[in-house]
Amino acid sequence: MTDASARNTGSSWRTLARAGRFLGMPLLLAASLAATIAVHPDFGSFEIQSLALGALPLALAAAAQAIVVISGGIDLSIGSMIAVSNVLSASLMQHATFSQSLALSIVVLIAGAGQGLLNGLVVAFSRIPDVVATLTTGFIWGGVALLILERPGGGAPAAYLNIGAGADFWPWLPNALVMMIVAIAAIWLPIRLSRIGLLIYAAGSDPVAAFRSGVDVMRARTIAYVFSGIACAVGGMALTMTTGIGAPLAGAYYTLSSVAAVVIGGVSLAGGRGGMVGPVIAALLLTLAPMVLVFLGIDPNYGQVIQGTLIVMVVMIAGFFAFLQERK
Amino acid sequence: MRLVLSFLRGHTIYALILLLAVFVVGVEIVRPSTVTPLWASNTILFAAPLAIMAGGQTLVMLTGGIDLSVASVATGAAYLLATNASSGAAPAIGLALLVGVIVGLINGIGVALLRVQPLVMTLGTGLMTGGVLIVYSQHMMASQPHVPDIIQTLGAGRVFGLVPIDLFLWVVIAALILFGLQRTGFGRLLYAVGDNREACHLAGVRVWRVLFANYLLCAILAAIAGLVVVGGTNAADLSLADSYLLPSVACVVIGGTSIFGGRGGYAGTIIGALILTVLTGLLTLLDISEPIKQILYGAIILSLAAAYARLTE
Repeated sequence: MTDASARNTGSSWRTLARAGRFLGMPLLLAASLAATIAVHPDFGSFEIQSLALGALPLALAAAAQAIVVISGGIDLSIGSMIAVSNVLSASLMQHATFSQSLALSIVVLIAGAGQGLLNGLVVAFSRIPDVVATLTTGFIWGGVALLILERPGGGAPAAYLNIGAGADFWPWLPNALVMMIVAIAAIWLPIRLSRIGLLIYAAGSDPVAAFRSGVDVMRARTIAYVFSGIACAVGGMALTMTTGIGAPLAGAYYTLSSVAAVVIGGVSLAGGRGGMVGPVIAALLLTLAPMVLVFLGIDPNYGQVIQGTLIVMVVMIAGFFAFLQERK
Repeated sequence: MRLVLSFLRGHTIYALILLLAVFVVGVEIVRPSTVTPLWASNTILFAAPLAIMAGGQTLVMLTGGIDLSVASVATGAAYLLATNASSGAAPAIGLALLVGVIVGLINGIGVALLRVQPLVMTLGTGLMTGGVLIVYSQHMMASQPHVPDIIQTLGAGRVFGLVPIDLFLWVVIAALILFGLQRTGFGRLLYAVGDNREACHLAGVRVWRVLFANYLLCAILAAIAGLVVVGGTNAADLSLADSYLLPSVACVVIGGTSIFGGRGGYAGTIIGALILTVLTGLLTLLDISEPIKQILYGAIILSLAAAYARLTE
């Protein structure tokens, strides 16, 4: 192969890859839904509703993880932060009315932002690497969750729990999906469209260059952690809505799955690249997979195996292509 | 004061030993006459599996990686041992170690050959291992799990009622790691790869081989640690070694091994494991609830790691 043709195939690969980055995830979701309907023809609007509702906490967790990863960090405390918001909302709202619950949601949001801020400050000022710092703060938040609610319990008014249930607009557009899009857009768009977003992307893509261009890298990353905490707070409340109670140990699943969603959703763990659409669709896919297993009559316990295998496969295939490109 | 600080900066291992002494004195203050030979024996007994697991973690961190699958591997090894004990101790131990080999191979392929980020790769394989265990446990309901005597002796036995048997295993493994890191080419390569992977590659080092062997070793050490843990508890469940993940990373970091690679060693990790074990004991002595204990434990780890980062910079 001559140089020119090699370059040519390279660029067409790149065009394909770029198109894939924008369309890949939606197409994958559409294909998965089509496959699901193929194996289970009864898959209808009700199943779509339960899919969206089930994916709601994970989608928020994925969004939280994506913000931090884009800023160049990683947050292994997401599961515990979701658990804290879950038990906090369930214990505060247990005897509240619907309107009081809405007001208390703001308290939970502030608590989430506070946890995120502490995460960010620890990472920024302690000089401990993100992985170790958030692994440890996650342990601490886990203790806080147990402190708020020792065993599963609490609750919230039925009207509050039903915010995400059903489909008021159109049977195929579940409220949970609307809520997911609104919540994530409300958190992400202000960042993305403002200077803060630029700083976060800059800090993530090349911290040294960003620092030399006058970006306060540590501040940008701290802000990313704060928004991650807010997204986790919404995720925790969504978990209260889907389960009806608060459970101090329910969060563990979300730490790993949020990383999975971010990786599958095409956000580079090196930082500075990726958006919010990929991880959120990945969250839907990760929720759909166990549902399909049930339809197929396979033991749903395989869910975790499949999720782990999916992460490993995705990153290995990505690594394989990078390897091939280097050999050229 | 400044003189002391600068001395400690040059000899961080003394700073760690000092810290360990402070915690031991703390235990003695909280409950006088706790610190006895038997207490020391217990501390070593509990520190050994952590230190063995953290040994693998140290090797991986020296190359700038991290292994988040160690806890799942340890649990998997323990669980396989317990459920297969009826077919004899030796095959059961072999199967348990096989868990480490398989996961280590997968980690190695991903990290060394395909250059996947270690964090994601090991998170994924950890998830896979945990999932496979859940499925496996569903099919294993019928058989009665138990832990072979030899593993019980390893995990809980003592010589002369005082010297824990797992100390012997720990000493052998520690000697191998310490010797290997300082006196063998492989050990030096770990430091070199962690310090500057590109330079190693240009110098003709087959970096992937070093990393591959490294992740394999780490997973096998995690499996061995799982055996020691299950020997101590004498019962295997699916979350047996989960609580070891954070300490396994923390005692390496507190022990002065940089997560970015190229700096540190196993000696610090040993003291780190002892510090965390004494800390756990100290928190148990204090009459506080489990959640508060957890919060304090995390906060102390954070402050130790932060202090260490300040001291060495």
